[in-house]
Amino acid sequence: MSVAEQSIAGAEARGHGFLASSVGRKVVMAATGVILFGFVTVHMLGNLTSYLGVTAMNHYAEFLHTMIHGGGIWIFRAVLLTAVGLHIWAATTLTLDNMAARPTGYRAQQNVASTWSSRTMRWSGVILAAFIIYHLLHLTTGTVHPNFDPTNPYANFVNGFKVPAASGFYIVAQLCLGLHMWHGVWSFTQSLGLAHPRYDRLRRNFATGLTVLVVGVNISYPIAVLTGFIH
Amino acid sequence: MSKDLNLTLHVWRQKNAKCDGKFVEYPAENISPDMSFLEMLDIVNEGLIRKGEEPITFDHDCREGICGTCSMVINGRPHGPRERTTTCQLHMRSFKDGDSVTIEPWRAEAFPVIKDLMVDRGAFDRIIAAGGFISVPTGSPQDANALPIPKEKAELSMDAAACIGCGACVAACPNASAMLFLSAKVTHLGLLPQGQPERYLRVRDMVAQMDAEQFGTCTNHGECEAACPKGIKMENIARMNRDFIKASLTYRPATVGGGAG
Repeated sequence: MSVAEQSIAGAEARGHGFLASSVGRKVVMAATGVILFGFVTVHMLGNLTSYLGVTAMNHYAEFLHTMIHGGGIWIFRAVLLTAVGLHIWAATTLTLDNMAARPTGYRAQQNVASTWSSRTMRWSGVILAAFIIYHLLHLTTGTVHPNFDPTNPYANFVNGFKVPAASGFYIVAQLCLGLHMWHGVWSFTQSLGLAHPRYDRLRRNFATGLTVLVVGVNISYPIAVLTGFIH
Repeated sequence: MSKDLNLTLHVWRQKNAKCDGKFVEYPAENISPDMSFLEMLDIVNEGLIRKGEEPITFDHDCREGICGTCSMVINGRPHGPRERTTTCQLHMRSFKDGDSVTIEPWRAEAFPVIKDLMVDRGAFDRIIAAGGFISVPTGSPQDANALPIPKEKAELSMDAAACIGCGACVAACPNASAMLFLSAKVTHLGLLPQGQPERYLRVRDMVAQMDAEQFGTCTNHGECEAACPKGIKMENIARMNRDFIKASLTYRPATVGGGAG
């Protein structure tokens, strides 16, 4: 039985805060999604320096660590950590609400418009969270890296991807990222209210184009190392 | 003349809101393809009554696709397999002889089953009461065309006003979200000058009511738009989000010192 017995218009309804409301949490989801998708795009571009060789990539890494007197990287980390935290919080509370909204399912539900990507957002998100933890332990702290050298990111990158199991996990995680981004990038335009018939095709194409670009280039790194193109 | 159909129905039977329900199999024999889906159920019910069994309870009213009362999920799709069709407009020619048809009620916490295929959609009424109205002077009529309204706005508003409140969007949504319904109401009033005075209070009040009713939230699957018998577009949900963001950013508490000339 639903809890509401009558309408709660007026002051009582307006006391229902932005972050408590369904649409408010969708906006948090979308806004943090924009930050995270912006980050993966820049991350993918930055790693292109690996194709230019050891000097270029190590210089790029040094730049990241020394910009704004070493404070820049911590600003980025703080923003990303906050965004990830809010994204996971919004996803968890919204998912719980959605599960409570349909306690009894259908015997024969037919999906007409939803995509595999949209239906697996929760799974791809959880796998990505696990991947990010592994990725940080692997190439940022070096805890799970076979021979980590904090002064030589390029060597860590190459030696890390030489392990086929590690490369395999990276590739699977990137495919999950693709599933997550393809629905997510389109979805944030909708949640932030950026819909207009003139731009509907653009929104879809933007999501598809960016997903293919980010995932394609990211997958190329472990493959380039395994095939010896980057060595 | 096309051949009559023989179907096997799997219908959700539930005595009342408190009892557990179950699927029961019924044959539907000698069904004319020209019948509507509801007429087919009427025939099955007449058979049940003759046998002294309890007929299948289902919602229906106008039977011409405009009242929004009929509501059942047919083979996993609200209002059945055809696009932009209500159950009463669905003809049996959409089925083949020998088909097996699963019929379920709308499934949502906010729409409790009253009996069999009939659910309580009072939650929608309470959402409307929370903000789906405009304030108008109810005295003498205004001059026609006293308020200029751009044709495009009038048409978009009318497209949204085509919503019959049947709840197929909630039924189709994997999250049982009512956002397509709510956004249609917010849009049809919010695009017109008459809807402006309450525009930003309306969206906040209606969203708060929707949340209190325990509807789910939109994850942009698009199932609602595909199921809507009136073709309400998801663009309305984006407009509702836009209005809600603006309303939340610009909301100010009630003034006490106002009114001084």
